[in-house]
Amino acid sequence: MIVPMGHILAFSAALFLMGLACVLARRNLIMILIGVEIMLNAVGLTLVGASALWQAIDGQIFVIFLMAMTSAEVAISLAMVVYLSRRRGTITANDFDGMKG
Amino acid sequence: MATVIFYILGFTALAATALCITRRNPVHAVIYLVNAFFALALIFFLLGAPLVAAWEIIIYAGAIMVLFLFIIMMLELAPTEELRGPGWLRWGPVVLLSAVLLGCTLLLIVAQPMAGTGEAAYYATPRDFGYALFDRYALAVQIVSFQLLFAAVGAYYVGRVERGRR
Repeated sequence: MIVPMGHILAFSAALFLMGLACVLARRNLIMILIGVEIMLNAVGLTLVGASALWQAIDGQIFVIFLMAMTSAEVAISLAMVVYLSRRRGTITANDFDGMKG
Repeated sequence: MATVIFYILGFTALAATALCITRRNPVHAVIYLVNAFFALALIFFLLGAPLVAAWEIIIYAGAIMVLFLFIIMMLELAPTEELRGPGWLRWGPVVLLSAVLLGCTLLLIVAQPMAGTGEAAYYATPRDFGYALFDRYALAVQIVSFQLLFAAVGAYYVGRVERGRR
């Protein structure tokens, strides 16, 4: 290991918190999806760090599955963004309050 | 040597991500996020995962971010009003981040930073990777490929234009 595992975990946690803040604070649907991407990348960094720590390849394999899952998620969610934009003419999250009690 | 590069890249990635999540214009956010992914790919390479680093560039920075840009431009989501302030404030940070990343990449190419650490660093070759992926995790690969197929069909279904409604 070139750096202690704790530093990798701290770096990954900082990235994850930034992504979480982006998801919670932004109202643009595209920016919310970008926040999700940042969080998934932070998780991937943790997996690669664990793979280097235990000298096992399984963490890197899981990153590949994570990337496949991210591709599927992005395809579906961007299609939904296009659908919502066509249907309602906006992609601001606050405007989709049709089920509010 | 590798440790120093790791910390430089880490702070570059954090700065790029912080700039990304605070941009008002989604196109600028995507450009900063590509920088962050590039820094993360170099970190993956330093941690002994060259294949994952290559896929980070190809899939994340290449495919997914270009898809984001495509959707932003297709729906005309980027604000079009004239930006205020001096020009270098707009293109300065991204040029600085890209220069740092380019410098780190060249340093990794010419300096061979793994040689000086003394310990045998862990390094997963594509051969090990392929054996592990298609031998131990063969069933998971098939399940994930089904998931991608369903996602493609679902995206087509959600994104199609219904005839007669428009």
